[in-house]
Amino acid sequence: MTTQTQNIRWFWFSSPATFYPLAGTIARVAGVLAAALTVAGLYVGFVVAPTDATQGEAYRIIYIHVGAAWMSMFLYVVMAFWSAVGLAMNVRLAFILARALAPTGALFTFIALWTGSLWGKPTWGTWWVWDARLTSELVLLFLYFGYLALQAAIDERRRSDRASALLAIVGVVNVPIIYYSVQWWNTLHQGASVSLTRSPSMAKTMLLGMLLMALAFWAYSIAVTMIRARCEIRENE
Amino acid sequence: MLAIARTLIGRDLLLALRRKSDVATALLFFVIVASLFPLGIGAEPNQLRAVAPGVIWVAALLSSMLSLARLFAGDHADGTLEQMLLGAAPLGVVVAAKAAAHWMVSGLPLVLIAPLIALQYDVAAPLYGVLALSLLLGTPILSIIGAIGAALTLGLRGGGVLLSLLVLPLYVPVLIMGAGAVEMAGAGLAADGQLLLLGAFLVVAAAFAPWATAAALRISME
Amino acid sequence: MLEAAEIECERGGRKLFGPLSLHLAGGELVRIAGPNGSGKTSLLRILCGLLEPTAGTVRWRGERISQLREEYSRHLVYLGHAAAVKDELTPAENLGIACRLAGLAPDAHAVASALEAFAVPDMPVRKLSQGQRRRAALARLSLSQSAPLWLLDEPFAALDAGSAAHTEELVRRQLAAGGAVLYTTHQPSSLDSAARLVELAG
Repeated sequence: MTTQTQNIRWFWFSSPATFYPLAGTIARVAGVLAAALTVAGLYVGFVVAPTDATQGEAYRIIYIHVGAAWMSMFLYVVMAFWSAVGLAMNVRLAFILARALAPTGALFTFIALWTGSLWGKPTWGTWWVWDARLTSELVLLFLYFGYLALQAAIDERRRSDRASALLAIVGVVNVPIIYYSVQWWNTLHQGASVSLTRSPSMAKTMLLGMLLMALAFWAYSIAVTMIRARCEIRENE
Repeated sequence: MLAIARTLIGRDLLLALRRKSDVATALLFFVIVASLFPLGIGAEPNQLRAVAPGVIWVAALLSSMLSLARLFAGDHADGTLEQMLLGAAPLGVVVAAKAAAHWMVSGLPLVLIAPLIALQYDVAAPLYGVLALSLLLGTPILSIIGAIGAALTLGLRGGGVLLSLLVLPLYVPVLIMGAGAVEMAGAGLAADGQLLLLGAFLVVAAAFAPWATAAALRISME
Repeated sequence: MLEAAEIECERGGRKLFGPLSLHLAGGELVRIAGPNGSGKTSLLRILCGLLEPTAGTVRWRGERISQLREEYSRHLVYLGHAAAVKDELTPAENLGIACRLAGLAPDAHAVASALEAFAVPDMPVRKLSQGQRRRAALARLSLSQSAPLWLLDEPFAALDAGSAAHTEELVRRQLAAGGAVLYTTHQPSSLDSAARLVELAG
């Protein structure tokens, strides 16, 4: 099944059978990293970082919110990347990876929305704010749901892989368009803005906290994706 | 190639003519949805005038989503779609022709009926032009992009709802720009930017979406 | 002309057939036989380019059909299980459109006589019986002499003797003109003796 092309070592790992043990190792390492980074990030975010001048203690939710939002968008792009690889090179493993990423991406989108809402309540008084970024996250959630629903609706493995891969690519192309449209829409309707990055000064510890949490989420995503990929390989090969 | 496109459009229009219920369904749905809103939110004239662009656009969007399921389903069921995949014209051209016919049957009537709905909402006279133009530019985009979803969900159970879910995020920019254009005009500002952007969306969608749809059709028809 | 090299087919997790190699030159007639579920239709669809084989390639005049796409399908006529006719149109309208989609420009007279030869009445297809629809689909063969490759999936299924004979005649004429025909069938026909047999194990 694996072809002996120029880059032999790369294609060696594209066989699910050889990828399986590698995925296990990556999952273990990433899992440990995720745990360590989470502890560090939460410590910096909730203990070390100073209280925000205008928003008090409630702002601390952004340590989770920003990381989750970044991951939600990053994972979608990675998912689209593996989908493209799968369609272009017809490598089963690429499809397995793309499918494995989706639930985690959807989860982080949901967390971003939920923490955004939790942040909005003490800041703006309402549980939901039609802010440009939150609305974009909502549309991103629909994109993820669509991907997961399409995958689930198709029984035949090959069609399911390829159809959802195409959907992911079409989606990723549209994400910037959706984002900028929603930005413009927000300015038209003079909506609220739940943003901390626009605030005048951001203490270095705040940035460190957000970065640590984002990296923790990234490591977690890698670990969970590897585990999910292994499950799928075990089920089908 | 153009001859084949013309044949296909002619065929689809002839079929729609002989099966008039399809056209009527899309149109009726549009009118019904638009009529429901005042019943739901109250008939206060100022409020209705304010929500009119959004409501009309959402109604057009929903009507388009409803009629999309039919784009390939009929041809798929009787085997003619398979023959189109084996035709002499590139599949992208075939898809573009079918999307064009779909728009003529399900989108263009909405553009023509929209002024009547606008009348119901007491939309100010100068806005009619922008409204019609925004729908004229926007509804083809809905047909072209929606075709991707229709191709991906071909023959699947739960097709209609699944199709709507897939296509909804892709429709968001069109909705924002379309309704936004009318709102800008309503606020006395120039809507040129939004209309130009819609035009740009249309050109880009017409250039790329048919190929994505063709790929989706091949995947679904294997 | 048509060359399939080591093709394999797997559907729904089950291996249908393979590796199978087959080649078809002008004037050749091939019959695909095999029990139900052995993948005859899948093989035909692979040869059309509608289905990707799990392994192997199909080439037309040396080039892969996956690269050629409509350059290849322009040269073939595929009649599958479905009659591929629209209910709301008449057989004549259907046939005219089918030909035009294949890049031909048939005149009304040719269409009418093709349908007459198969005794297809002139009413909207939804009023026709299954047999009549089948014959309306087969009538396309009369107008497809320019396509060098005919791929027919069970062309004789549920056909009366007269139409079956007419179909065989059309196939013979096409072979004599240098065309290649590949067909699957369950029932015996007078073409079988002239055909090279490919059996799918199933």
